Parts: sequence; C-alpha cells; structure tokens
Amino acid sequence: MKNVKVLGTGCPKCKATLRMVEEVARQKGVEIELVKVEDLREIMTYGIVATPGVVIDGKVVHAGGVPARDKVASWL
Amino acid sequence: MVPSASTPRRRVVLELRDVPRRHPRAFLVVFAAAWLTLYRSLLPLSTALVDRLPVAKDGHLAESLRFFFYDTPKVLLLLTGVVLAMGIVNTYFTAARTRALLAGRREGVGNVLAATLGVVTPFCSCSAVPLFIGFVQAGVPLGVTFSFLVSAPMVNEVALAMLFAMFGFRVAALYLALGLSIAILSGWIIGRLRLEHLLEAWVRDMPKVQATADGERPSFAERLDAGFASVREIVGKVWPYVLVGIAVGAGIHGYVPTELVAGIMGRSAWWTVPIAVMIGVPMYSNAAGIIPVVSALLSKGAALGTALAFMMSVVALSLPEVVILRKVLRPKLIAVFVGVVAAGIVIVGAVFNAVL
Repeated sequence: MKNVKVLGTGCPKCKATLRMVEEVARQKGVEIELVKVEDLREIMTYGIVATPGVVIDGKVVHAGGVPARDKVASWL
Repeated sequence: MVPSASTPRRRVVLELRDVPRRHPRAFLVVFAAAWLTLYRSLLPLSTALVDRLPVAKDGHLAESLRFFFYDTPKVLLLLTGVVLAMGIVNTYFTAARTRALLAGRREGVGNVLAATLGVVTPFCSCSAVPLFIGFVQAGVPLGVTFSFLVSAPMVNEVALAMLFAMFGFRVAALYLALGLSIAILSGWIIGRLRLEHLLEAWVRDMPKVQATADGERPSFAERLDAGFASVREIVGKVWPYVLVGIAVGAGIHGYVPTELVAGIMGRSAWWTVPIAVMIGVPMYSNAAGIIPVVSALLSKGAALGTALAFMMSVVALSLPEVVILRKVLRPKLIAVFVGVVAAGIVIVGAVFNAVL
C-alpha cells in the first residue's frame, strides 16, 4: 500500500489537492494510506518551497499548486 | 479508457479536442490570431449591437449600453490573454527555480532580481511561509527575501491586465514601475537594518540546504495546459467582479457629468494618501476584486495616486498574511516589514498625486 502525504498549512488549494488524491484513488480502486501534514516544521523537512506538496513513500513528487488529475493518476 | 466514437460527428469533436495536446504551438498561433481578430472587431460589433436595440441612438441609455457592451468583452479578453500568457511563463519560473536563482546573491542586485522574479513566479499567499523558510534555508539574504515577498502579491498579471484594460497603458506601466520600486527599496532597507536575529529561533536553526531547481522539464503541451488551467481558475473566479465593476462604471459613464465629484479623496488634501493606506493595509482582497472599487473611487473624483496607493496596500499587506508570518517572524520584524512597505506606498502615492 502506498503512503501518500499531502503537505499544506490548510489553504483552499491544499484541501483541493487532498480531495483530488482521495477521488483518484477511489476511482482507480487503489488503496492508499493518506496523511495530511499541517505542521510547518514537518512540512519544511521535505525541502519544498511552495505548498501544497505531495509526498509518495517518502519522495516529493509535487510542490506548488493543485496537481493535474492525470498526474495524480500516474503517481498512484 | 477509450471513448467509443459511435457517430462520425462525435469522432471529429474528439479529434479537435486533441489538437492542443498534439500540436500545442500551432494551436497557440491560431488561438492568438482568433483572439486578435476578435479584439480588433469589438468596437464595430458593440456599436452595431447597440444600434439594433430599441433605444434612442444619442441618449444616455445608448451611451451606457455602448460602454458596457464594449468594455465587458474587452476586459475579459485582455484578462484571458494575459492570464494565459502568464500561466505559460509561470511554468518556466517555479518557486524552487527562483530560489536557486536567488541563493547567494548579494543585496542590491539581489533585491532587483527578487522583485523582478516576484512578477513571473506563481505565488499564493498561503505559500508565503514555506517560501520564506525555504529562501532563508538556501542562504537568500533576508532583505532579498522580503523584496520577493512584497513584489509577488502586489505586481501580478491580474492587476496589470485589469489596470491596462480599465485605465490604459500608462497607468498599468506606472503601477508596474512603482510596485517594483517599493519591493526593491523596502527589501533593501530591511536588509540594511540587519534584523536576522528577529527570526523565530527554530527557523534560524533549520538545516541549511543547497538550492537546486527541480529537474523535471514539462513539455510545451503541458505548459499550454497549465496556461489554460490558470485561465479557468482565475478568469472563472473574477468575471463576476468584472461584470459588476463595469456595470457600475457604465452607469456613471452615461449619467454622471464629469465636472461633478472630487470628495475626500481628491488631490488637494495631503492626508488622503496615508488615510487610504491605513484603511487598505488590514484589508485582504486580490487584485481582481479591488480594481472595480478603485475604478469607482476614481470616478468619484479620487486622485489616481490615492486610489493606486489604496489598491497597493490592500494587495501587498493584509491581516491574514501577518498572522501567518507570525509563525516565523518576531513581532518587531513584522512591524518593521509592515511599516516600511506602508511608508513606501504612502510616498509613492503622494509623489504620484504631486506630479500628475
């Protein structure tokens, strides 16, 4: 099972990203462990400069802005 | 998933939809040509439309209608064009790339570069804090970081496109020049004050990182996609404001005589600029929401410098931003930041009123 973390301090775009990941996972029938990281210090340990960020199994795959749907699909 | 193309007609539609992905450059050229043709024919089209309506040709109503039917598509077209272009440009300047460009720059040149990059780098105010820490971690000087933080929200494509559409090229160019100057100068001053000790301790203690730009290079089709995505997002959000703003403007255009006006925001009183900035600082709005208000202020006789100072203070500084910056900055540094930027805006507004 993939571990997906969405990094963001709770802005609308971060919430949209979280929803999108949930939706795509459900559509594809992929089971994921989805974690929302809101703590600033923890977010910064991933070395991203813009939120929302997406981390899959410990690797940063996206930073800044809501990712495109087909990109999300390719990660899962 | 391959959709079944049951009828020839549907197949044609599906193939047309694929054109921007397969031939992004050709599509962009055709799109630009169509855009330009439409933009050029706005005046005759709107005049012809109003002439067909059952209203007196030289009455107030016809005048207002002509203004509305010309200005609405004009502003929306300009906004779409500029947002699309900026959406594409933004994909070349990610925040990570900007940080790599700024790391290790000295003050002075660094401030100018940071303010300029602030115009073309995509920025959302909720990213302000990660961006701030990320810059500091990579060794970008504090003053240079602030130049970026001032310029990014203040000088943006929506503000420039709307100002250009509603007040013309000169006002838009002035806004750009003044916004950049304020960002460069306030960042430089904050840098000179040597306030690094006013960062919260945990931010200073973050491990230093080597700034590198992310390796992935998107294809042009993906860049074009991102451009249209930002058109959907931004134009989709602001069009009601534009409509209301122009409707109000159209009413004034037709009915209110030009000699009327000049109230408390007129040019004569020196204190109008500081008051406008004081009202604007805690307010939070984006450029699209505030420009119809600016246009209403202007039509009521406010001086241009006062109105622009008000707009700059609303988009550059806000209470929510201060609250979020408090997580990384000591209150004293926040006070210096707000004070320096607000003072800069006041001076610019006053100079503007005095020379124009």
